[in-house]
Amino acid sequence: MRRAVIAFTAFLSGLVLLLTAPAQAATADQGLRGTLTFQGQPVNGVKIVVTTESGQPVAEATTNAQGTWQVPVDKPGKYKVTLDVATLPKDAAVRGGSNVRTPTVYEGNMSTVLFALQPKGAPGQPAQEEGGESSFWTQAAQLAFEGLNLGLIIALAALGLSLIYGTTGLTNFAHGELVTLGAILAYAFNVGVGLHLIPAAVIAVILAGGLGYAQDRFFWGALRKRGTGTIAMMIISIGVALFLRYVFLIFFGGQNEAFAQYTAQPGIEIGPISAAPKNFVAMGIELLVLIVVGVALLRTRTGKAARAVADNPALASSSGINVDRVIRIIWTMGGAIAALAGIMLGLSQNLKYTMGQDILLLIFAGVTLGGLGTAFGALVGSLIVGLFIQLSTLWVPPELKSVGALAVLIIVLLFRPQGILGRRERIG
Amino acid sequence: MDWVTIISTTVKAAVGVETVLYALAAIGINVHFGYTGLLNFGQAAFMAVAGYGLAVTVTVLGLPFWIGIGVGLLAAVLLAVVLGIPTLRLRADYLAIVTIAAAEIIRLIFRSVAFKDVFGGSDGQRGFSEGFYALNPFPEGDYGFGWFTFNNRVTWVLFVGWLLIALSCLIVYLLMKSPWGRVLKAIREDEDAVRALGKNVFSYKMQSLILGGVIGALGGFIYGLAFASVQPDIFGTETTFFAYTIVILGGAARVLGPVVGSMIFWVLLVLVNGILSGAVEAGYLPFMAPTQVGPVRFLLVGIGLILLLVYRPQGIFGDKREIAIDAR
Repeated sequence: MRRAVIAFTAFLSGLVLLLTAPAQAATADQGLRGTLTFQGQPVNGVKIVVTTESGQPVAEATTNAQGTWQVPVDKPGKYKVTLDVATLPKDAAVRGGSNVRTPTVYEGNMSTVLFALQPKGAPGQPAQEEGGESSFWTQAAQLAFEGLNLGLIIALAALGLSLIYGTTGLTNFAHGELVTLGAILAYAFNVGVGLHLIPAAVIAVILAGGLGYAQDRFFWGALRKRGTGTIAMMIISIGVALFLRYVFLIFFGGQNEAFAQYTAQPGIEIGPISAAPKNFVAMGIELLVLIVVGVALLRTRTGKAARAVADNPALASSSGINVDRVIRIIWTMGGAIAALAGIMLGLSQNLKYTMGQDILLLIFAGVTLGGLGTAFGALVGSLIVGLFIQLSTLWVPPELKSVGALAVLIIVLLFRPQGILGRRERIG
Repeated sequence: MDWVTIISTTVKAAVGVETVLYALAAIGINVHFGYTGLLNFGQAAFMAVAGYGLAVTVTVLGLPFWIGIGVGLLAAVLLAVVLGIPTLRLRADYLAIVTIAAAEIIRLIFRSVAFKDVFGGSDGQRGFSEGFYALNPFPEGDYGFGWFTFNNRVTWVLFVGWLLIALSCLIVYLLMKSPWGRVLKAIREDEDAVRALGKNVFSYKMQSLILGGVIGALGGFIYGLAFASVQPDIFGTETTFFAYTIVILGGAARVLGPVVGSMIFWVLLVLVNGILSGAVEAGYLPFMAPTQVGPVRFLLVGIGLILLLVYRPQGIFGDKREIAIDAR
């Protein structure tokens, strides 16, 4: 069995080696930014003054050679942004006349403030809409791309959660901490030890797989042998989650961090989508891992055994499948791909000790939507959740995007509690 | 180390505001989980809607204190009904996921910039407790003996809080002795059997959810009044999890279990905090920074919860046969 486990982790980590590029992360949690261009050229040296809604000064910024400016702010809320007209080029003016904007900053988001410049004395409203404001469909395409990215990350984490539930009946509230674990381990090897992110990520995934194995071997497996009930195990998993979360807080601290590499990649544009190259690579890896795991579940003996155990442990056991071995492999694999999900999440956002906790409910939403206990349901459900979250920001403020996904989770339970691919009897 | 301070803060913690509000939340959870077997992981939401119901009514709408209390209680009942309709027919783990999701939805809405005018964003609301302190019969001054003293405002909060705890415990005691309470316990043991006897299980579960939610809501009021403010992040999932730890520590399905559990929980938490902070300050623990003391004690809560459920799921006073921790 051990050989199988090692082989599987090695296989997964081999996949990670293929990974060429993750992440960019803004250093500030939230803030305001913008780019000034005039007749196609960036405008340098324009003063921007940011104050709170009530007029308390926050910060001043000056546009750089690329015409961009950026002001991090401590708190989300409404801000007043004033462009100092006197610092504009002599022949330029702000279109529309007003040099004041009052954007709203949401937690963890950079808000873009738009000042369109036009030649002085030009008529107020030019016929064509230019660059700054993207059309609805461009925005939708961009958000769909981001949603797919998020959905794939959720799917990675959800797969393990769903299979663990299917095989052991455990609703693992500590699964979010396994996601954080992967990101923090990678960070430790990347920033702490000084390895490049790719080998660091490989080591983190292998270690997390090993820890997943150990968790089942020494903890959950022992509890199952004792005959601990599933509800007791669920509450125990909350204890595990609290324990791990505060261990992370002690060793990692409460601040946001980013990996050492791939943090500030310039974006590339493909059609209507603009994203850092690392995002495309990350998505490729995520997809590849998901496909490989999916094929392994469908084609390999262990995969078939895993699905059989998830279906009916007693029947699987009586037909000669070593249920404990299958569960241990699932824990190992689940831990490893949850760690991969954490690394990918750390690439597209920042690392924080609560990052797994924050995404846990979205993982649950994906798993429930797809059908608790099914492998492919988790994939489908997670992708839908990811897309839904990002696309919903077309209409709702970004800070409330998770609300929609969680509301959908509740509504799904109303009308189809077994989820998309689940079966009726599962909900009991 | 300053042992007098450590011991005095610890003793005060046994009856302090946190103990009171977590005891109330835990009594509510005990009705849900201990007696009915409902895994409500959204207790923090009941506290939040109550606290915010009071705060918004008084500060934003400018209505008197008592109407605020009424709005808070009504909000808790409404939340129970809205939560219960889709979920009470589902199995325990689904109920857990949905209630925790609903609690997060409510917290995110309360802290959102979009509703800042109503709920005050991540700063929350303040300035709604004058009506409560105007009723304070204790004149200005400190009450107690030796170092065991509270000022008149805290004394008033604690007086009302412990009165509410006593009242809740009495109600729970009387109800659980009644035929109604026996139906709840029967639902916990075997839902199908109760259904076969012609009882409307859904309706009983709903009543249990409402009762426990309203008791939890009292905890939300106590929080808002004691600290004269409500903030969204106080009502996060960890609040619910701590309340669960308290219920299991004291003993589920025991009337006084949550109260004793809350006292022990906070005494231990404050004691560990005092000793660790003192030891770090005195340089006995060179590997620890002062900021790490807080996380360490919550880490211990996690370990405590695991050990309790593994080795003594019935807690201190509970009966192992009465705990709904097996699958159904």
